[in-house]
Amino acid sequence: MTLAAGHGFLSPTGVEIAFLLVGIVTLGAAVITVTTKQLVHAALWLVVALGGLAVEYLLLTAEFIAWVQVLIYVGSVVVLLLFGLMLTRAPIGRSPDADSGNRPAALAVAVAAAAALIWVVIDAFRATWIDLDGPAQGSTKVSGAILFRHWVLPFEALSVLLLAALVGAIVLSRRDREREGGN
Amino acid sequence: MHLAYPAVLAVLLFCTGLYGVLARRNAILVLMSVELMLNAVNLNLVAFDVWLRDALHAGQALTLFTIAIAAAEIGIGLAIVLMVHRNRGTSDIDKLRDNAETHDAETAGHDGTPGAGRTAGSGATAGPDEKAEAAA
Repeated sequence: MTLAAGHGFLSPTGVEIAFLLVGIVTLGAAVITVTTKQLVHAALWLVVALGGLAVEYLLLTAEFIAWVQVLIYVGSVVVLLLFGLMLTRAPIGRSPDADSGNRPAALAVAVAAAAALIWVVIDAFRATWIDLDGPAQGSTKVSGAILFRHWVLPFEALSVLLLAALVGAIVLSRRDREREGGN
Repeated sequence: MHLAYPAVLAVLLFCTGLYGVLARRNAILVLMSVELMLNAVNLNLVAFDVWLRDALHAGQALTLFTIAIAAAEIGIGLAIVLMVHRNRGTSDIDKLRDNAETHDAETAGHDGTPGAGRTAGSGATAGPDEKAEAAA
């Protein structure tokens, strides 16, 4: 936590420029994800947005989280979403009814929320710099140590939650032949 | 690095996801927008963890937990969407209006006659009665 000494607003460092460029790509992919009319393209642009976020984690020296992001989000969540799109027989081409009728209201809410939040964030953290020097704060060694030294109980509870979610998904998505036939 | 960079990027991603949740019609696209919102929160957690140099690294631990919970959420959510699609032939959230407040339900509430079967929805058996009790 360093203060304003030695930093300048108008002289961004290399990490900041890289963060800004990757952030623009990420934000553009996210905007295309929520506005495109082609459902499968939305899932593929989501890959770009989540991958860009993984790069942002790397730039923030959180390596382990970046690789977990690539593994879980890009690897499994997007594949699950694509399977969901195919299983619900989503149209391959442009679907004109991808957006509902309340687009202007949604746009107004989103722009108002973005303006208010950006104002608050800029006002609060105007003179705050992240010190990225020194050893990486999110390397696999550090993450493993804190996860299994200080966060073991939440970790185990989370594994039970994942098991419950898996069982719930299987129960929800299997076809219930016994109930149709017997009762 | 200035803290405003990750914070502003997280704000913009969150609001993009907010727009998607409000404006999309397909349930799976709504789930994608929810993922964007969760990722914005994750970016905030990581940035503030690195800024504060927390000894316990609570931000990164919470980020890992959020990612795992998001994976569970997407599995359950897709199972629900698939079941809805199998039962009703659509995953369009504008057409799932069984619990919508129709004009008939409001008049039933004003008359105070419980159990009036004048609703349009096929599966809305308990909804109008609850609304009638709430309005009376």
